[in-house]
Amino acid sequence: MSPKNFVYDLFGRSPVRPLQTHMDKVQTCVAELPAFFDAACAQDWVRAEQSQQRIARLENEADELKKALRLQLPKGMMLAMSRRDVLEVLTVQDRIANVAKDIAGLILGRRMRFPANMIEDLKDYLARSIDAVRQAGRIVHELDELVEAGFRGHEVDVVNDMLKELDSIEHDTDTIQRRVRESLFGQEAELPPVDVMFFYRVIDDIGDMADEAQRVGSRLQLMLAR
Amino acid sequence: MLLEYGTVFIILACVFGFFMAWGVGANDVANAMGTSVGSGALTIRQAVIIAAVFEFAGAWLAGGQVTQTIRSGMVDPAIMAGTPELLVFGMLASLLAAGTWLLVASFFGWPVSTTHSIVGAIVGFAAVGIGVEVVEWGKVGRIAMSWVISPLLAGMIAFALFRSVQILILDTRDPFGNARRFVPAYIFLAAFVTALVTLLKGLTHLGLQLSTFETYGVATAVGIVVTAFGVRAIRRIKMDPDAERSFHFSSVEKVFGVLMLVTACAMAFAHGSNDVANAVGPLAAVVSVVQSGGVVDARSAMPIWILILGGVGIVVGLVTYGHKVIATVGTGITQLTPSRGFAATLAAAMTVVMASGTGLPISTTHTLVGGVLGVGMARGIAAINLGVVRTIFLSWIVTLPAGAILAIIFFFGLKGAFGYAG
Repeated sequence: MSPKNFVYDLFGRSPVRPLQTHMDKVQTCVAELPAFFDAACAQDWVRAEQSQQRIARLENEADELKKALRLQLPKGMMLAMSRRDVLEVLTVQDRIANVAKDIAGLILGRRMRFPANMIEDLKDYLARSIDAVRQAGRIVHELDELVEAGFRGHEVDVVNDMLKELDSIEHDTDTIQRRVRESLFGQEAELPPVDVMFFYRVIDDIGDMADEAQRVGSRLQLMLAR
Repeated sequence: MLLEYGTVFIILACVFGFFMAWGVGANDVANAMGTSVGSGALTIRQAVIIAAVFEFAGAWLAGGQVTQTIRSGMVDPAIMAGTPELLVFGMLASLLAAGTWLLVASFFGWPVSTTHSIVGAIVGFAAVGIGVEVVEWGKVGRIAMSWVISPLLAGMIAFALFRSVQILILDTRDPFGNARRFVPAYIFLAAFVTALVTLLKGLTHLGLQLSTFETYGVATAVGIVVTAFGVRAIRRIKMDPDAERSFHFSSVEKVFGVLMLVTACAMAFAHGSNDVANAVGPLAAVVSVVQSGGVVDARSAMPIWILILGGVGIVVGLVTYGHKVIATVGTGITQLTPSRGFAATLAAAMTVVMASGTGLPISTTHTLVGGVLGVGMARGIAAINLGVVRTIFLSWIVTLPAGAILAIIFFFGLKGAFGYAG
């Protein structure tokens, strides 16, 4: 007789833990960006490249985790949250890492030199955007508590407060973004036009990270609403 | 015939019955106890000890009714009065068939129920080997109905229990404080219901006759005593700020761990009260026919040593093999925190004890599956594999004819082996 048991088999693998692991990976990936940006601003391209390699590798690992989780959610699972929401959150989380990789790739590939008077603002902007990602990660980590409480009651209030915090962080990034764009607009005539194009692109990308983080939050909010 | 081979029949029945009880202990108990180990409330060693003590107690104290049903409820003894040998052969064949089928199924890892195998086997040998009219179809129908109702009932109880846990404890601002306040009530409920049903239905064979008032009194007393121990254990639990940071409910779950301990006892007791009959019922039938010299009588008292034999068989199965199964199950179920495990297990235990009280042989495993699904419905479990649920319920349909066919083969085989012509 083999010690196989069907009550054990009854429990499908929970998507919560893998979702959190994936988000952790995304966060480490994103957290690498400030170091990269510092190196790029210092025109230390060797260090920047090492940093970019790390980001690319972490993004890759996140991709693998994403695929593994997708395969682990077949149709015949009764989940505490909607399957669609889980997969959607996963996709959005993964996009955050993709954007981080894009930013690093773009800056490194074009050996970008930001105007010195913008660097401080850009660093702020990036840091706030990463804050948004971190806040989203914190909310994803509340998922097991939510399952425990059956998506009801006090725990929902806790998560809703965290979501509000995430919204306000995202709002901050919008404000900083406006400032950065204005500052770039004021001096764009003196800068090479192609460079300016790509500056705008990087600025948008950094904002996108915060936007995607907010989308992770709103997907989780949908889980609460059901 | 009976006089000639009487001792042989009894020895054979004991061996087959013990084999069957061993199988129940080796495999089935893991389903009952695995959730407790899996939720981290018990270590494997503790689980084996609790299972051994309470399975045995359940079999001994509350196992009589179901044994009675298996032994004489499904086959009309009046029609068999002229040919008691057939009943002996049939019961031996049923035991052998159910045991064999369980062994085969366990080998391939199929989720089959001991209860379904034995009921299928008895109905099979009676309908084909003797005649369709011997089977008490009304009673068999009721048993079959109870197999549908018991998982549903357990599911509903589990749902209600878990929702109440959510409303009273988990979803509040101070889950830890509320857990300390309300968990003793659940402990009382678990102990009270188990004691009450046992007292109401089970203890007559021990010569204990209580009035309704006394019954409730004793059940309440049992509940209070168990709760007192529980409260003492809960008092000792302190908030652990380190564990709280990663998972806010970890201290709350420790309080539920105490409850899970009580629930595990109730479950083992319930399992013993119902499933031991699968092995012991046919054995009891054989013994009573042989000892009474061929009188097929449904009402004769059942010797206690038979229930004890069944209980010992289960414990031996548990100790020799079952602990391995509990280990695999127990380490596998990480999704089941004590609060969820308790809701599923207590629901199953209450359903099974009630069924035992009415003498209905139901499948503990299926009832537990119903309980787990109930908790899942309350969105308490992150993922449940519905494919497995389907397989488990499909196995019903396969097990009944499989048990029946094997029983028929063994029935005619035994008849031939003993050279019985009639």
